[in-house]
Amino acid sequence: MATSPFPEPKSSGLYEWLDERLSLTEMAAFARHKTVPQHKQSFWYYWGGISLFLFILQLLTGILLLVYFRPGKDSFESVRQITYDVEFGWLVRSAHSWSANLMVFAVFVHMFSAFFMKAYRKPREFGWWSGLALLGLVLVFGFSGYLLPMDELSYFATKVGLQIPDMIPGIGPVITALIRGGPDVGEATVQRFFALHVVVLPLLFLPVLMFHLYLVQKHGNAVPPSVEKLPAADRRSIPFFPNFFAMDLAMWLIALNVVTILATLFPWELGSPASALSPTPNGIHPEWYFMSQFEALKVFGNILPGLSGEIFGMVVFGAVIAFWALVPLYDRDSRAGQRARLATWAGFLTLAGILFFTILGYATL
Amino acid sequence: MPEGDSNTRRTLLKSGVGVMGVCYASALGYPVYRYMATPSIRAQEQGQITSVSILEKDLPGVGTATMFLFGPRPSLLIRHEDGTYSAFDAVCTHLGCTVRFEPENRRIHCPCHGGVYDMNTGEVVSGPPPRALKSYHVEAADGNVTVSRT
Repeated sequence: MATSPFPEPKSSGLYEWLDERLSLTEMAAFARHKTVPQHKQSFWYYWGGISLFLFILQLLTGILLLVYFRPGKDSFESVRQITYDVEFGWLVRSAHSWSANLMVFAVFVHMFSAFFMKAYRKPREFGWWSGLALLGLVLVFGFSGYLLPMDELSYFATKVGLQIPDMIPGIGPVITALIRGGPDVGEATVQRFFALHVVVLPLLFLPVLMFHLYLVQKHGNAVPPSVEKLPAADRRSIPFFPNFFAMDLAMWLIALNVVTILATLFPWELGSPASALSPTPNGIHPEWYFMSQFEALKVFGNILPGLSGEIFGMVVFGAVIAFWALVPLYDRDSRAGQRARLATWAGFLTLAGILFFTILGYATL
Repeated sequence: MPEGDSNTRRTLLKSGVGVMGVCYASALGYPVYRYMATPSIRAQEQGQITSVSILEKDLPGVGTATMFLFGPRPSLLIRHEDGTYSAFDAVCTHLGCTVRFEPENRRIHCPCHGGVYDMNTGEVVSGPPPRALKSYHVEAADGNVTVSRT
């Protein structure tokens, strides 16, 4: 009998077969040698992973919604069907909305913890910037997704929200009309927000996310300056695999439970269908993560009447965002590995400003 | 701690995690299944109807046929030249194409693979279909044609 040109592999086990081709043992060894610093603030390391998990949940529930959602003139009707006719449709839709809101929250927590731990310092500047880009995309995800059910609230929130780019002198109205697909929010707006929400934004988001995760992998977890200055003998760490990974999974499980409980007990409402002829309902307000900007604009508008209040507000927002994004470049104290009181206080001030305007916004609805 | 104790605890923990995993997988899988299967579930509910009525005046003349939906199923109602009616499920029993009544050839024909059925009984005359078309009971009275399950 002739010998087979394809001899049996030396070891017949499935693991060996895969290992020979995919270097599983090598990867496992790599994961075992990777460590995560352990200190008083280690808890905050989990928030990046929680944000990632909620994003995965967004993808999965989003794909499920895509099965029944119809953009354009049918959008309200199709969301009504998902909510009331399709079995467990209310749960899928609520899980999508709740995990979206929790993701925005988790991303904010992750950003502020990175800020206060001074995790933006050399060599992690691009981690900070890619993270901010992801936050910006998450907010656009939120804004575009909010319109899709086309009920009264989402219609007016989008109408008001689009007034902001509209105020940019010169090019503002042209750009806004392009985003809106006409002079008013309508079917054309839903159709293009849908394209943005399910195709354009994911295409932009995923490569930035990969870059962000690659940098985390490359530079490892940042430690705050207070831990950094400890002698090496006093600095503790735990293996990434399985210790940190198991904790990560536990956090993901908690996040899943929180989403499920919220989606079940507080299912997302669907208002009456949007109509260009009905007056704006009282107490109209944006989602909580846009509340501080909305309220700040309102306050500035009261102090400076006319459009100057809005323009002043936009200048202030621009300055705050630039200040926030460029912190790795000017926070010299932290770069030297010392505690930078100034940056810490600036962080607290920013956080306090956001909280103040958010609370004020809800208090004066 | 003796070796045996630690093994027992490890086994218990492992099976506990396994059971929990199965619980989570089914708690997530069941709603997702029902969500995806809703159109099939609804079609099945629709399919539970037992009869369909059509006004006789809405039907075309003798020697022709009309298509109608029996629940979710496309169906065929033939009005024979002698004034009698036959009704069949219009889905070919071979590979699911929709069959057509050919008055000139006095037969029911499936264009996909050339299956031919008898226009009175729905029995297979020639071609690949494995069995007859499902036939319905038809009753005409007071200007109404009622098609019901046999």
